[in-house]
Amino acid sequence: MSSKLHIKTLVNPKLQDTIKTGGCGNCQASCQSACKTSCTVGNQVCENK
Amino acid sequence: MFDLKNIAQENVHLFSYRELNILLDVNSGSIHVLDGAASDLFQALMEKKVMNTVIDKYGETAVQEAYQQLLAMQAEGLLGSKMDFDADSLLQDDSYIKSLCLNISHDCNLRCKYCFAGTGDFGGDRQLMSFDTAKQAIDFLLKASGPRPFCEVDFFGGEPLMNFDVVKDTVIYAKEAARKIDKEIRLTLTTNGMLLNEQVRRFLVEHKVKLVLSLDGRAETNDFMRPTASGRGSYERIIPNFQSMVEELDGVDYYLRGTYTKHNLDFSHDVEHMASLGFRELSVEPVVASKEEDYAISEEDYPKVSKEYDRLVDLYLDYQQKGDPFNFFHFNISLEQGPCLSKRLRSCGAGFEYLAVTPQGDLYPCHQFVGQPEFCLGNVTEGVKDKSISQTFKNTHIFNKKDCSKCWARFYCSGGCNANSYQQSGDLLTPYKTGCLVQKKRLECAIYLEVKKMLHAEGEV
Ligand code: SF4
Ligand code: SF4
Repeated sequence: MSSKLHIKTLVNPKLQDTIKTGGCGNCQASCQSACKTSCTVGNQVCENK
Repeated sequence: MFDLKNIAQENVHLFSYRELNILLDVNSGSIHVLDGAASDLFQALMEKKVMNTVIDKYGETAVQEAYQQLLAMQAEGLLGSKMDFDADSLLQDDSYIKSLCLNISHDCNLRCKYCFAGTGDFGGDRQLMSFDTAKQAIDFLLKASGPRPFCEVDFFGGEPLMNFDVVKDTVIYAKEAARKIDKEIRLTLTTNGMLLNEQVRRFLVEHKVKLVLSLDGRAETNDFMRPTASGRGSYERIIPNFQSMVEELDGVDYYLRGTYTKHNLDFSHDVEHMASLGFRELSVEPVVASKEEDYAISEEDYPKVSKEYDRLVDLYLDYQQKGDPFNFFHFNISLEQGPCLSKRLRSCGAGFEYLAVTPQGDLYPCHQFVGQPEFCLGNVTEGVKDKSISQTFKNTHIFNKKDCSKCWARFYCSGGCNANSYQQSGDLLTPYKTGCLVQKKRLECAIYLEVKKMLHAEGEV
């Protein structure tokens, strides 16, 4: 009997590995304050991809 | 017999939002959707509870299957994964100033009650930046940015359009100076819209200046907090200007952004109003204020705020289903293509990658610190004189912030806003609690919406 899948993995960006590849520093500064909108890093995409 | 060894609480985050149970593995950034059995099992395991109720509910077979799947994920580094590195050495790299906030005008034609700039003058005189100072600031930036190919300049204030001639000359100068040395300067202007006439709009479009347009939403919300200098509302005057602006921009390269305060905790209606006016790039954020202000948001307001984000999720999905989606800034999240780790350890770069310049040419860690002499780093003529301030800000990474180092949101939030922390706790390393609650709520909504989108693309919902 095959077992039912209870968990579905949607993404695995392997964040830990970006220690080695990242850090190019080309991305935008990201202010989080209420008077600017560039905000949280979670909202950004990498300039290097 | 069920046991997931060595999974630290702070390295995983399981939450249920509506129909979905979502598990974030913090260090790998991997995201998983769990059914009821897997979700209840995982929760019981993390809380070291007995399994009987879970088994009674789902049956032995299902729980065993889910358990095997969790173990497999753990073995593959998808669950409870660790992060081994020395943050200090990672962050000892050279950093370069690559963004400037040019406070081109310390004067304003509105008297917004929550203005951190002290209704435009930042606690000093109402001053305008000269073209000479602006030019020096651009030269300083191009030099200080070293090998970085992209620089950013935000025209800010007060109201920058009160000094439009200098904005114009600076835009032209900056582009040309950058081009000569093979760099690119990206320009933004933040405006209240009062002076956004046809001539101004044409210039901004022609020179590809991105816009941040300030509106708090409904007329009554906006006019209560954002009156003109003579005490009248600003809504009637700015809406047509913003609409023309956005039309001329072909609907891109702008954000319509507002602030919510204790006076409009029902801010989802303000976002709805913005959408109903035809704007599609929206951002509305909580006010930053000291506790004494009557409009400040406090922890007791959080349940109401949280419900508003839920209502916003409904609204967002509604518009999406109608085929007329809007973009809400805090619901944008890139789960796969997000920034690298070193970016995520400290977000904004204030004080070492990002600086604010006053009309006199003085340098501060960011616009929120302007006018606090203990934070002045130098000026555009001589550059950064006090390197210790930059170092202090460089050290504000998440592993130096006790609350953040154990927070599940750490790699999305990056430790919050240092200015907020400083205002609320008098210390750069202690984040502002209510801000954290809001941040985490928005992230859950954003992750939920993204997961839903991915499942939809796979034909699963
Ligand atoms: S400290 Fe806060 S206000 Fe200043 S740039 Fe950073 S996020 Fe923005
Ligand atoms: S600032 Fe708050 S929400 Fe952000 S990482 Fe730190 S503790 Fe978490």
